[in-house]
Amino acid sequence: MPTLRFTKDHEWVRLDGDTAVIGITDYAQQQLGDIVYVELPEPGSRVEAGKEAAVVESAKAASEVYSPVSGEVVAVNEVIAGDPAKVNADPMGDGWFLSVKLDDPKAFDALMDEPEYQKFVAEQG
Amino acid sequence: MRYLPLTPADRTEMLVAIGAGSIDDLFADVPPTARRAGLVDLPLAQGEIEVERALSRMAAKNVAAGSVPFFIGGGAYRHHVPAAVDHLIQRGEFLTSYTPYQPEISQGTLQALFEFQTQVALLTGMEVANASMYDGATACAEAVAMAHRITRRAKAVLSGGLHPHYREVCQTYAQFSGLEVQTLDPTPGRIENITIDSDTACVVVQNPDFFGELRDWSALAARCRQQGALLVVAVTEIVSLGAVNPPGEMGADIVAAEGQGIGNALNFGGPYVGLFAAREQHVRQMPGRLAGQTIDADGRRGWVLTLSTREQHIRREKATSNICTNSGLCALAFAIHLALLGETGLRQLARLNHATACNLADRLTAVPGAQLVNDNFFNEFCLRLPIPAAAAVAALAEKGVLGGVAASRFYPERDDLTNLLLVAATETVTKEDIDDYAAALGEVLR
Amino acid sequence: MTGWSQALSAHPAMPEETQTLTGNRGLQLEELLIFEQNSPGHCGVDLPEPPAHKSRLGGLERRVPIGLPGLSEPQVVRHFTRLSQKNYAIDSGIYPLGSCTMKHNPRLNEKMARLPGIADLHPLQPLSTIQGALELIDTLTHWLKTLTGMPAVALSPAAGAHGELCGMMTIRAALEAHGDPRQRILVPESAHGTNPATAAICGYAIDPIPNNPRGRVDLTALKAKLGADVAALMLTNPNTCGLFEDEILEIAAAVHEAGGFFYCDGANFNAIVGRVRPADLGIDALHLNLHKTFSTPHGGGGPGSGPVALAAELAPFAPLPWITHGSKGLEIVERANGSAAQTIGRLKGFHGQMGMFVRALSYMMSHGADGLRQVAEDAVLNANYLRVRLGQATGGALSQSYPGSCMHEVLFDDRFLKDTGVTTLDFAKALIDEGFHPMTMYFPLVVHGALLIEPTETESKASLDQFADTVNGLATRAKAGDIAGFQAAPNLTPRRRLDETAAARKPVLRWRPEMSQQKAAE
Repeated sequence: MPTLRFTKDHEWVRLDGDTAVIGITDYAQQQLGDIVYVELPEPGSRVEAGKEAAVVESAKAASEVYSPVSGEVVAVNEVIAGDPAKVNADPMGDGWFLSVKLDDPKAFDALMDEPEYQKFVAEQG
Repeated sequence: MRYLPLTPADRTEMLVAIGAGSIDDLFADVPPTARRAGLVDLPLAQGEIEVERALSRMAAKNVAAGSVPFFIGGGAYRHHVPAAVDHLIQRGEFLTSYTPYQPEISQGTLQALFEFQTQVALLTGMEVANASMYDGATACAEAVAMAHRITRRAKAVLSGGLHPHYREVCQTYAQFSGLEVQTLDPTPGRIENITIDSDTACVVVQNPDFFGELRDWSALAARCRQQGALLVVAVTEIVSLGAVNPPGEMGADIVAAEGQGIGNALNFGGPYVGLFAAREQHVRQMPGRLAGQTIDADGRRGWVLTLSTREQHIRREKATSNICTNSGLCALAFAIHLALLGETGLRQLARLNHATACNLADRLTAVPGAQLVNDNFFNEFCLRLPIPAAAAVAALAEKGVLGGVAASRFYPERDDLTNLLLVAATETVTKEDIDDYAAALGEVLR
Repeated sequence: MTGWSQALSAHPAMPEETQTLTGNRGLQLEELLIFEQNSPGHCGVDLPEPPAHKSRLGGLERRVPIGLPGLSEPQVVRHFTRLSQKNYAIDSGIYPLGSCTMKHNPRLNEKMARLPGIADLHPLQPLSTIQGALELIDTLTHWLKTLTGMPAVALSPAAGAHGELCGMMTIRAALEAHGDPRQRILVPESAHGTNPATAAICGYAIDPIPNNPRGRVDLTALKAKLGADVAALMLTNPNTCGLFEDEILEIAAAVHEAGGFFYCDGANFNAIVGRVRPADLGIDALHLNLHKTFSTPHGGGGPGSGPVALAAELAPFAPLPWITHGSKGLEIVERANGSAAQTIGRLKGFHGQMGMFVRALSYMMSHGADGLRQVAEDAVLNANYLRVRLGQATGGALSQSYPGSCMHEVLFDDRFLKDTGVTTLDFAKALIDEGFHPMTMYFPLVVHGALLIEPTETESKASLDQFADTVNGLATRAKAGDIAGFQAAPNLTPRRRLDETAAARKPVLRWRPEMSQQKAAE
C-alpha cells in the first residue's frame, strides 16, 4: 500500500498513521533552483488543504507551498530553516517541511499517486 | 536639437532599412482619432542661453536661504555640504547609471550602498539598514506597514510630537489598507500619555520631537516589548545623532529618519533621502532595496542587491512595499559627506549645532515677551510669543530675517499653538545672524 | 591603516603573463571599504570650535561611539572616484535597458537645479520669498497638462511607483465617494511588478488578464473579467512588449461602461510624447516618470519623480499640497479643507521633488514642442532600426517575439538560443565583456527568456550599428557552440559573476569590525 501522494503544485505528502509529512518534489526544487530561504508555520497552528502553509525562495523567485491536506501542524523541519540547501539536496527526505495531524485521513487518498504524478510532470514539459 | 544625434540623412536611411515610407507608418497602431498632426501648444526648442536665462529669472524671484539670517527647520535643515560631495555625485558613472541590476558593472554603486547601509545602522544604533527610501515621512509610513506585517495587529499609535507631515503620510498610506491610525494631540512642553494594548502594532515617536524637545524613549520601548508592540522612532534631524543617544540604544525596533541634513541641499523640500533601519530578525519584512556582500566566481569579495524576493519585481502583489526607485544619488551624497565627517567630524558638527542653538535661545529669550517652551533641545526649539507666530514670521521676513516656522502652519485649528514659533540654528548661522535676529525680534515684539 | 588588504592577492582569472602583484589591472583598481581605511581621529572637514555653552541635551548625550571611520578629503575623493570607475553609465555607452529609458542626461539641467535660488530654498519659507519656485512648479504643471491633455496634475509623488499609489488612491477615493469602493483591479500579465504591488496597498485584489497572440491585452478576456466589482484597469501603454495597445479606445470604453476607471502606467510615455495625448485615449489617471521621459538622471537608483495626470472626475481627490493663483500671487494649498476637502491627503513630506522638477522643465524647455515630438519619433525610429538589424526576419540573429513594427523598445525571446545551451543570462553577461550594458532580461514575463531592448533617441546610428553587429556576432558564436565561453562571462569586469545564492542564504548587509579582522587572519 503506497503511502506517498502528490499535488499539482508539486508538493508531496507521506502518511504515517494519522500524521502527514509534507515537502516539495524534486521537480519543484529543480524549477526553483538554489533555495535560499524557507518560511515555516508555527507548530500548533492550522493549515488548510490548498492554502499556503510555507514559503520557499531562491535568490530570484519566491513560491508558496500549499498544504495538500487540512489539519494541525505537529512539527516543522527547523533544519531546513537553518540550511535551506537541504531542500535541494534531498527534497523527499531530509528536506521535508512540516508534519500535520490530519482532520480526515480520507483526504489523502484523493491526491495523485506516484505514477499519476510522474505522468503529470511529463505533460508539463 | 543638440541632444539628438540622428541627422535628417540618418533618418531617411534608417526608414529605408526598416521599410517604412515615413515616420508616421511606425505610429500606425495609434487610433486615428488620437493622432496629433501638428505640434502641441507649447514654446519651441531653445538653446542653453535662453533656458538658463528663463530659469535663472524664476530663481532670482526667490530669497535664497544663504542670503539672509536663516533659522527655519521643521524637518529640513540647512547644513554646509562640503564641495567634494557635489563634485563626486556629479561623476557620470554615479549620476547616469541605473539601479545596479548587473552587479559585475555596478560594483561602485553597490559598494557605496553597502557603506551607506553600514553608516545608517551605526548612526541609528540599529542592526541593519536598507539602501534608502524616498524621504523620512514615507519611511515612517513604511515602518508602520512593516510593524503591521510583523505583529499582525491593526493599530498604530502616533505621538503628538511626530512631525505633522509624517503623521499625515502615515494616515494617507494606511487609509485603504485596513490599518487603524490613532493620532495623539501635540502637547509641546508636556509629556503625553501613550496607551498600548493588545491591538497595538506599533507606537511611533520622534526624537528630538517636532517641537525640538529631546526625550528618552527607553521606558516606552520596555512597555512596547511587554505588550508585543514595536517602537518606531522617527528622526527628522539626522545630525542630532552625533550628540544624542541614538534610538537603537533606547530600544527602538524600527528607525525611520530623514537623511537630508547630511550631504543634501534644502532643494525646496526634495529630493531627500529616507533612512530605514531595523533589527536583523525583521529584515525579511523590510521594504526597499538591500545591498549585500558575497563573492564572485573567483572567490573575490563583491556586492549584489539581495533579498529581492521581498520586492515588487519578484513578489508583485505580495511584496513588502511597492517601492522601486529610491533615493540612490541622495544616499550617495549622504555617504560621502559622512565619510568626510567621520566620527570626530560628526560629533563636532553636532556640538557646534547645539552650541549655536543654545546661544540663540539665550539671546532670543532675552527679548521681552519671548519664552522658551523646551526643557531641553538639540538645534531647534520652540518659543512662545505674545503675538501669533505667523504674524511674527511675516514681520521678520519684511526685515530680511527668515526666523522660523509658525506651529499654526501645521495646526491652524489649535488655538493653544497659535503663538508658538519653531526656531532652528545650524553651523551655518553666524554670530551676526543671531544679533540681527535678536534685534529684529525685539522690534517685532515691541 | 587598519583592516585587511585584499588587494595584495593575484587576480585568479588572469593568465600568468598578465598577473599583477596588487590585483589591480591598469585603471581597474581594487578598493577597500571606508571602514577598512580608518585613521582614528582623522577628519575630512575642518569645523570651528563650538562656542562656549552649557549642554541642554537633558542628559540624553550619546554614550556610545558611533563607529565611523576617520579619513582625510583626498582619501575620500579617491575612494569614491575609484568606486565610480567600477560602474557602467549612460555617459560611457549605450544602456539599452528596456522599460528603464536610459537616455542622455543634459548637464544644463544639473546646473539649473543648483541655482542658489532653487537649491538653497527651504520648503517652509514664507510665500513672499518663494514666488519664483511656485512659478516654476506652475509652469511645469502647464507643460505636463498640455502634453497629456489632462486637466490636473498632482506633482508630489516621488517616483513612478509612488505615482501609481497616488493614482490608485484617488481612484479608490472617488469610488468610495460614490459609496462603491469595489474589490478588483485588472492587471495584464505583462505589467511592471509595481502595478499589482500598488493595487494591493490600496486594499484591492489583483486579477490578471492574459495577452493576445499579438502581444496586446486580450480584449475578449478583459471584457469577460469586467464587472460591477472592478475598480480599475491598470494598463501600461505603450506596453512592456514595446507595442501600442491598438484596441485602447475599445478597452477604455469597456472599462468605463462597467463603471471602472482606466489607470495608465506612463513609464513609456517617451514613445508618444508630443504625438499622442493620453487624454485622447480615454485614460483617467496616468503617472509620468520624470526620470525616464524627461531625462532627470537615474543616479544609480533614484531619486525619481512621478507626477500624476488626472481626469476632472479624479482631480478633487488629488494629494496635498497643490498650488493656486491667489490674490497675493501663487499660494500653496496644504490643508484638507475647503476646496481640498476630498483630498486623499499627503503622500510625502513637503512639496515634491523640486530638484527633479527643475531638471525636467529645463529638459522640456530645451526641446520645446518640436523637439519633444522629435524625441518620440527618434526613439521609435531607433528601436525599429534595431528591430530590423537584429530580427531574424530581416537578416539578424534574434527571434522577435511579436512580428511587425514596435514603439520605443523591441522585445525578443530566447528561441534563437534553443539547443545552444546558452541562456538569456549568459548572453547578457557576454555583452558586458564586449563593453555594452545588457538589455532588460526575463521581463516582461509573458515570453520565455525575454530580451527587451530600448535604445532611446540619444543613440547615434553608428552606436546602434555597433551594438547590432555585436549582438548578432554573439548570437552566431552561441550557435557555433561556444557554451563554456558564455557561461564563464563576464571575464573582463572588476568582478566576475557574483554568487547571489550565497548572498541571500546568509545575508551580510553591513560591515562589522570582526569581518575585516577575520579576513586579515586568514
